[in-house]
Amino acid sequence: MIEAQPQNKRAQRAASWWPRFNSGALTWGRLTLTLHAFLMYLFLYGPIFVLVVFSFTRDEFGVRWTGFTLEWYVRMFANDRLMGAAGNTLYVAFVSTVVSTIFGTLLALAMERHRFRGRTGVDAVIYLPVVIPEIAMAVSLLAFSALVLEFIRVVTGEVVRRSLVTVIIGHIAFSISFVTIVVRASLKHFDRRLEEAARDLGANSWQTFWRITFPMILPGILGGALLAFTLSLDNFIISLFLSGPGTSLLPVEVYNKVRRAVTPEINAISTLMLAVSITLVVLSQLVQRRR
Amino acid sequence: MHKGYAIELANVVKRFGEVAAVDHVTLQIHDGEFFSLLGPSGCGKTTTLRMIAGFEYPSGGELMIHGRPMATVPPHHRPVNTVFQSYALFPHMTVAQNVAFGLKMKRVPRAELGARVQAALDMVRLAGFAERYPRQMSGGQQQRVALARALVNQPEVLLLDEPLGALDQKLRKEMQLELKSLQHRVGITFIFVTHDQEEALTMSDRIAVMNQGKVLQVGTPTEIYERPTCKFVADFIGETNFIEGTVVEQSDEYATIQTPDGLQLRGYTPRPVNLGEAATLSLRPEKARLVLPSHARPEDAFTMPVHVEMITYIGSDTRITVRLNERRTLDVWEQNTLSTLDRNAYWQPGEAAVLVCPPANALVLTE
Amino acid sequence: MALSSFEREQQRREQRRLIALLAPGMLWLLVFFLLPLLVILVYSFLTNGPRGNLLWQPTLQNYVDLFTQSSYVNAYVRSLWISGLTTLFALLLGYPLALFIVKQPPRVRLVLLILVLIPFWTNFLVRIYAWQIILANNGLINTTLGAMGLPTLFLLNTEGATLLGLVYGELPFMVLPIYAALDRFDFTLMEAGADLGASKWHAFWHIMLPMTMPGVAAGAVLVFIPTIGQFVVSELLGGAKVDYIGNLIQRLFLRSNPPNWPLGSAMSTVMMIVLLGFILLYFRSTTEEDR
Repeated sequence: MIEAQPQNKRAQRAASWWPRFNSGALTWGRLTLTLHAFLMYLFLYGPIFVLVVFSFTRDEFGVRWTGFTLEWYVRMFANDRLMGAAGNTLYVAFVSTVVSTIFGTLLALAMERHRFRGRTGVDAVIYLPVVIPEIAMAVSLLAFSALVLEFIRVVTGEVVRRSLVTVIIGHIAFSISFVTIVVRASLKHFDRRLEEAARDLGANSWQTFWRITFPMILPGILGGALLAFTLSLDNFIISLFLSGPGTSLLPVEVYNKVRRAVTPEINAISTLMLAVSITLVVLSQLVQRRR
Repeated sequence: MHKGYAIELANVVKRFGEVAAVDHVTLQIHDGEFFSLLGPSGCGKTTTLRMIAGFEYPSGGELMIHGRPMATVPPHHRPVNTVFQSYALFPHMTVAQNVAFGLKMKRVPRAELGARVQAALDMVRLAGFAERYPRQMSGGQQQRVALARALVNQPEVLLLDEPLGALDQKLRKEMQLELKSLQHRVGITFIFVTHDQEEALTMSDRIAVMNQGKVLQVGTPTEIYERPTCKFVADFIGETNFIEGTVVEQSDEYATIQTPDGLQLRGYTPRPVNLGEAATLSLRPEKARLVLPSHARPEDAFTMPVHVEMITYIGSDTRITVRLNERRTLDVWEQNTLSTLDRNAYWQPGEAAVLVCPPANALVLTE
Repeated sequence: MALSSFEREQQRREQRRLIALLAPGMLWLLVFFLLPLLVILVYSFLTNGPRGNLLWQPTLQNYVDLFTQSSYVNAYVRSLWISGLTTLFALLLGYPLALFIVKQPPRVRLVLLILVLIPFWTNFLVRIYAWQIILANNGLINTTLGAMGLPTLFLLNTEGATLLGLVYGELPFMVLPIYAALDRFDFTLMEAGADLGASKWHAFWHIMLPMTMPGVAAGAVLVFIPTIGQFVVSELLGGAKVDYIGNLIQRLFLRSNPPNWPLGSAMSTVMMIVLLGFILLYFRSTTEEDR
């Protein structure tokens, strides 16, 4: 994601610029900016905080603080349907992450290492899934899967329904792009002379890749994989359109419940999902910044 | 083929698309020689080195290492090792792991491996640094790790791609001497790429000066400096004054050119010239002398009446710019052999003088 | 010459390696991303049968309906309008926040940036749901107002709530690119401006803003595009009272009885074309700046 290593000279000048430029009467501007930033972080995290707090309330509508309880978590873990959905979600995330990480890393290597005709076209195809609205991708995959399943029925006479397989296919399709982008960023800093040095010291190209290239871009690959995993866990729109009967996924379950009413049980599920995501993002930041 | 050559290039060409980066280069490098490829950036010296290392394959010609054809052998099967410009140390490995890498690839037994790594680190005086990571070391230390990493494999030839470019002036001088003595100790062929002529002169047994993909001259530092065979080499190595003219007289090793002003100047010809040919007289600033008009003697190759224009005192030398005519000034350097504070006894701006030079000190060169 | 044929052999080997790297990812994207988009395009010219089945009769009727029936036209206009508003608010709130972050010392800056990044990684659905707890009629705000003896407000299920949710959800996408642009900005230019007698406001308007415009444009694209296709926020916070494109598409594909995939496909196609227009405009503006 965005590089947060601005330890260059200009950035430091920027940091020191404020107090000097802003001496005297102009501190109002500085105060306003600080206040604004404070309010923005409140805006970003207030609702999340409220959600977490109200997952522990005794209030059965989940919107009022009437005392502490863990009842909703107990109920959630006892709910077979929810736990099944959670299991499905993890399974989908795991498979789609493995596949998209491999494919995305290969694509990133191709794009950063080679100059070839049609490279801009490939670039566009890689970026498109990231920029188009998810619903457009979801409906097109739905229509396509309907066509393919119908074809299978006509040819083999067997009725195949949408299932976790279709969901996984869809998740891989959008994850590939994200993995490619993250791995490419880590390849940009890679000094190709290191590979030449390895060849020079007697390593063949296979040994060079596994002993030099791979360990060095591993943080990028792990970062991409964690991103793919998180996106898959959180994905709701493509899952909604592509999951078949009886194959429910956690975000879709939450969506179906949330459309009805606020309940403390949803608060509890949501809190759990938030905790997983935040753990993953912190993990990914640690992985990518450890150099 | 001569057995004694470590490296032999015969008509080697490398094209990138339409551009010939290396254009029919032929070189023979002796075993145990400290050989430099010298030239401005983009002259093809690095591409030549990369072809010897195996990172590029020639588009044509033959390349031999100790008599064995190598042009199409991949880098990991060549008996050469490289020290890279920015060292290219593996950042995720310790110094010891970096140095051991080549031995591991060759499946050297563990017991022997440790001893050889240790010996290599001792050789570059980094014995206590084995467990450090490259980023924890200074530029000069990283440089020495890169040397150890290459030499530990006991290559037949060591290739060095501007290895001193990233160091500061003082460290650079130290490393030049250290490299030279290291080469004496290990006794293998070093091929050294640089754009720094002083560095090449200091360190090399022989130098190949390259420009635009071609080798212009191969010779010892003295030959390259004292007897450049073309204008480019004379200009690129050291400093010189150029005076254009036409060849009017020619005898076995000397020739006289006449300038448009009618001055006749005589000099040595490293390469034969023809009567009537356009030629250039190259005169190094330290090889000419300024005398008072009354002191000019007939046995000098030429005498040029000039006017002193500017005097710059730089300690060891005094650099004098003299004016020959409206269009041209020349530089003359005089060594400050006398210790005196009295600058009045010296040349003064505006003073008339005569520039004199024996014929062996000036060169008549063609393109 | 023998060597030059060796060179050609090397090139062919390189070519094979490139194909091996590109093939898995590109094939996946071609089959499960581009091909489905093509399927949607084909569907949009087909006729919907009486039971929601596809009839292979080519027609332009879907497009005619789209551009003539006011409920569809309105959905487009409304979507463009709310996406525009979301982008504007995200910019107004996000720019000062990015500026604040850039001016912090490197360590603080990293933490603040990760705090902006975390919401991007956490479940969108869950974060939007959190606002339900706050805005509901018996929610946090109204119970607080009630406790203070103030009249309660009707907050949830309004267009205002939709806008709030969208700005909340998309704010990080605005902040990150603007931050990146500000990080590259040379703040001594502002001092130079002040030195030449420019007021702070003037210097911002004529130096800083134009020079960080690429970041603003990137942020605008990143916010605008997903907002156009959204349907979750308007459903959960807007109460599905008015239709946006996303809601219509979702309904035509999944909810309505009988479904109308051809019309939904036409809506999706038009949406894509409009967005691709915006993206092209964006790329044009950025490449012109490069020149």
